[in-house]
Amino acid sequence: MKHFLTILSHEVRMLLVSTNTYIAAVAFLSLMGFIFTGILEDYSKAVQDVSPASVFFQLYWLPVFFMVPLLTSKCLAEERRLGTIETLLTTPVTTAEVVLGKYAAAYLLYIAFWGSTSGLFYILKRFAGDARLIDPGPIVGGYLFVAVSGLLFIAIGVFASSLSRNQSVAGILSLTFLVGIILGSRYLGQASWLDREALSPLKDAVEYAQVNQHFQDFTRGVVDTRELLFYVSGTVLALIFSVLAVEAKLLHS
Amino acid sequence: MSAIPPQPAIEVNHLVKAYAGVTAVNDISFTVPKGQIIGFLGPNGAGKSTTMRILTGYLPATSGQVSICGYQVASEPDAVKRRIGYMPENNPLPEEMRVSEYLYFRGRLKEVARGKLGSRIDEVLELCDLKRVRHKIIGKLSKGFRQRVGIAESVLAEPPVIIMDEPTIGLDPHQILIVRDLIASLRGRMTVLISSHILPEIEMTCDRVLIINQGRIVAEGTPANLRKEVLGQSAYEIEAAGPMGSLPFLLGTIDPGLSVASEGVADEQGFRTIKLKTLNSEDVGEAILRACQSEGMRIRALSRAHPTLEDVFLAATRRSWDAVAENPKSQARP
Repeated sequence: MKHFLTILSHEVRMLLVSTNTYIAAVAFLSLMGFIFTGILEDYSKAVQDVSPASVFFQLYWLPVFFMVPLLTSKCLAEERRLGTIETLLTTPVTTAEVVLGKYAAAYLLYIAFWGSTSGLFYILKRFAGDARLIDPGPIVGGYLFVAVSGLLFIAIGVFASSLSRNQSVAGILSLTFLVGIILGSRYLGQASWLDREALSPLKDAVEYAQVNQHFQDFTRGVVDTRELLFYVSGTVLALIFSVLAVEAKLLHS
Repeated sequence: MSAIPPQPAIEVNHLVKAYAGVTAVNDISFTVPKGQIIGFLGPNGAGKSTTMRILTGYLPATSGQVSICGYQVASEPDAVKRRIGYMPENNPLPEEMRVSEYLYFRGRLKEVARGKLGSRIDEVLELCDLKRVRHKIIGKLSKGFRQRVGIAESVLAEPPVIIMDEPTIGLDPHQILIVRDLIASLRGRMTVLISSHILPEIEMTCDRVLIINQGRIVAEGTPANLRKEVLGQSAYEIEAAGPMGSLPFLLGTIDPGLSVASEGVADEQGFRTIKLKTLNSEDVGEAILRACQSEGMRIRALSRAHPTLEDVFLAATRRSWDAVAENPKSQARP
């Protein structure tokens, strides 16, 4: 892991000069700003039961769908398309270092984007003057969920990027995976055919993978280690598959 | 300490690389001593790039052994990668980086000490005449500059072995001259393996030449030896006027193998161009001159034709194709 930091700093710099990053940043911040304003308008009209933070974080999946592909689709696909993977892997770096460096850079930026939304809460605190609106529980839980689930989402994006040398194919592939995990698990959870006795293990597995359920637990302040394990193991698996995909493509190139 | 026999920089033993159904490299063996510059020649698809990629550890070999500075590529890839500078075919570079940034990043990856890296980057920029563009973005550079960035990058960490796949492609004659001097300046310090299509290039810079065709080495040696071995004949050209009738007999007295290859038509002054060929490699120019003059022929010019590496290359690759073409027949025979 000697070269991890070299690759990480290089990748962060590369992301900071990439147009994709700025498209993602502008789209993300304007979307979140609109959502936040909408929430505040509702709150100014009538008193609500839940804190604005939990409503705000409920829409976490919307920015994930475009941010993750924009941040990750380029990372490995572009290296293969340009052929720079050849010069990269003929230096004393391992494939794992390359994949991890790129993954960590994309994750840092993802977290930085989400971190910038804390400005919205700061503004609310500064000008609302109502302590009930700023409930620290859901805010901390929401950010924690974003940080933990981001591990898996970014890893999925990196994996999609390792599968294709075409950036747009990689982007659409990662969008498909993310929709499958976030919306697909919710859809399967509601499917009645899973209620049969014989399929109960499958039903359990689907229950376990309910990203939305995890989200609700986090914002209520329940941090379950099983849920942490779900994201961490998913991340490790996706990254291992990315390393294998890069190496397999070399063998069959 | 007892004397250790000098270790070759590159050692390749019975290397085979097969892709799905196609054998790209078929049982190649060669050794390169330290400090030599080796030219790697071959037609497109001969297996040059594949061999180079295996040498760098980028591609695994199907069978055979490759070692760089005594380290096996298959079992100690890290040690090998620390000892090579590699410039791939088409010289891929990241488009969005500045030249100096790129070199810094590559230097860090190649484990050049942070304190030494700045001065080393200045050195290679100077060496490759890149000082003017050091702050330019690579994607906006012209082909010649990009090519030199690739060369600068491969010598950056001062590796003992440098492998370059067609380094002079797309350069203008002036830049080719710079690159040639650059490569020549590495002689003795570093072992350089270059592949190229520009044959005069190879002939001028390389100590030894390997010609490869269809995955096999078809000729190997110094350019001069190759000429002798592959072509096996020398040619003379004379411009002469006067009685020509006894010429074949005369030539026979000088050297039994000497014969007239072609005879041109006489110009208004009566001179004609006659081409002679012989299997003898000794210079018989003076003898020809004397014999012709004794017969009363007037000679305007005499020259010994030097076969170029191009002729050698064409002859060697043709010879290997003939061999391949004959093989299936011999196998089909009952």
